[in-house]
Amino acid sequence: METVIKTRTIKDKLNFEFEKSKLFLFGSTQLRDKAMESYYKQGIPTRKHEEYKYTRVDLMLKGEFDFSANKNCSDAQIEPLKFIKDAYVAVIENGIFVEGSSNLQNLPEGLTICSLVDAEKSNSPVFEKHYAQYADVKADPFIALNTAMTKDGVFIHVAKNAIIEKPIHIIHISTTSEDTIIHPRNLIVVDENSQAKIIESFETVDATAKTVSNALTEIVVDKHAIVDHYKIQDEKELGYLVNTTQVIQQKQSVFSTHTFTLSGSFVRNNLTLVLDDEHIESHLNGLYLTAGNQVVDNHTVVDHRKPNCNSNELYKGIIDGKSAATFNGKIFVRKDAQKTNAFQSNKNILLSEDGTINTKPQLEIYADDVKCSHGSTTGKLDEAKIFYLRARGIGIINAKKLLMHAFASEVVNTIKIEALREYIEENISKTFQ
Amino acid sequence: MLSIKNLHASIDGKEILKGINLEIKAGEVHAIMGPNGSGKSTLAAVLAGRSEYEVTEGEIIYNGKNLLDLEAEDRAREGVFLAFQYPIEIPGVSNINFLKTAIGEIRAYKGLDPMSAKDFLMMMKEKQKLVEIDRTLINRSINEGFSGGEKKRNEIFQMAMLEPKLSILDETDSGLDIDALRIVANGVNKLKSEENATIIITHYQRLLDYIIPDFVHILHNGKIVKSGLKELALELEEKGYDFIKEEVEA
Repeated sequence: METVIKTRTIKDKLNFEFEKSKLFLFGSTQLRDKAMESYYKQGIPTRKHEEYKYTRVDLMLKGEFDFSANKNCSDAQIEPLKFIKDAYVAVIENGIFVEGSSNLQNLPEGLTICSLVDAEKSNSPVFEKHYAQYADVKADPFIALNTAMTKDGVFIHVAKNAIIEKPIHIIHISTTSEDTIIHPRNLIVVDENSQAKIIESFETVDATAKTVSNALTEIVVDKHAIVDHYKIQDEKELGYLVNTTQVIQQKQSVFSTHTFTLSGSFVRNNLTLVLDDEHIESHLNGLYLTAGNQVVDNHTVVDHRKPNCNSNELYKGIIDGKSAATFNGKIFVRKDAQKTNAFQSNKNILLSEDGTINTKPQLEIYADDVKCSHGSTTGKLDEAKIFYLRARGIGIINAKKLLMHAFASEVVNTIKIEALREYIEENISKTFQ
Repeated sequence: MLSIKNLHASIDGKEILKGINLEIKAGEVHAIMGPNGSGKSTLAAVLAGRSEYEVTEGEIIYNGKNLLDLEAEDRAREGVFLAFQYPIEIPGVSNINFLKTAIGEIRAYKGLDPMSAKDFLMMMKEKQKLVEIDRTLINRSINEGFSGGEKKRNEIFQMAMLEPKLSILDETDSGLDIDALRIVANGVNKLKSEENATIIITHYQRLLDYIIPDFVHILHNGKIVKSGLKELALELEEKGYDFIKEEVEA
């Protein structure tokens, strides 16, 4: 019997796990069945799949997997991960919200933070209206899998006119001794004329086996709302992360998102912003620092559907060792989206001979009165700059570090939470040691 | 302080310096003049330690040390300073952080304690005044968006901060209007002392009206073909470089 199980394909294993657990999962069985069916149709993408041609996700899913991540971490292990001291903290361990480890006392008026399971149980109308409405199961197999198999995550609701001053920090922790796949899912709804700052961090604690995290967050930014969103991905060698962020923006809203990939064997980001009304502003910033055999793949989509919106995208990467980074930035400007301003830039520094960078801008413009531009550069550290610094007495190692910091600073300086900016700067310094 | 003997240097296999000899003592100001392509900037680059240039023959002794054995950063730590002809813009590195790092490394090299933040700021203030550079420029990234004159002034400001023993000003006058030239020259003059020496590399004589050299050397085709006192610069200005060419080739 044991050997039979070991030779099952990942598809069989996922199916078995799905059938076994679906009756215990929250939410509608119908939604989950439909999502699973969609996943079967798409399958795990291989290199032949256009959207995954640079990154072998199929390799990540080889091997035996445990679906009931079997460890828990102590509060002492979680404490250092709460790097923003003055924040509302929601802890998700192996895909399950852990209230005991979270810091959610004294939430201000207008702010709700609870588990997805509780949100559903309490028949929250906001949850019912928005849950699984934006990330399309047909668009990507990982969205389908997450929708079919998620067990829990965080629900955040910022009510109309509320301004939440302190950041909200969602900490995703993977801790396991068996190869594991988890599907954490979050729903963030920021209502009309309200404001929030949200940080999602991804970490592994005491992991002794591969942890595949297929995490998905849907964010609703209602009229006139302002949302600042940060992702800090730092899962170390055993972390494999597929991170889908699906955003819908309404009239005159401002949404800024920042993706910092500091570590992790494999990171795939699928970030989609839908600008569904007029006078919307969107900022997408990203920084990836890769080394060793790391694979980091950022796929972004900015979908301009209505006139008079602005989007601005800046992704930067420093690639070392045998690591490989991909940036694929799509911008759609639909027929109605006249007077769109859409800008995109991807800049890379390649430190080693063996590193790889694939950069692919994709602009699809169907309106005729728009301003769009994109640019991408890949180069080495500038020798002339290194010499200038050395000629002032700065040793070659520090000269290179200064230049890498300088390169990263354009993205780091977009962080509006000071404690977070300091944390990222410190981590960049460590990376460059 | 500096003794250059039979220096030959080439880039990409092409010989630029063809046997330079030069002696400089502490307290002296030497001007090196010459037409375009004579090797002036190559000499500056070789002294500062640019690795693209290969020294094929000769030696440079600086304060008893073989300069050519030292890396660029160690030359700077030993007190050699090159004011670049074309200062580099480095967005994202502030002038302050840059100078703090440089001074920190120079002091560590000399076995000195780190400078306190207070002393550093006081020094900045004092030197800023000395070279008449705007504080807002200092707070910005290195040379980013600076005008030509501002870049040159920033070079002199860095020189003031690092307090070098041997300063090499590579065409610091090029692109400067007369007001900026006066300010830069004034800064250099104030920094002059009995302990340090200055090499001024220039195409034109004008800067030498403001920084009076003790010696003038004329570089032509990779060699110093004529040396003299400050009057030589005036003669050169009057007769043009052709007279040197004719004299040498005759």
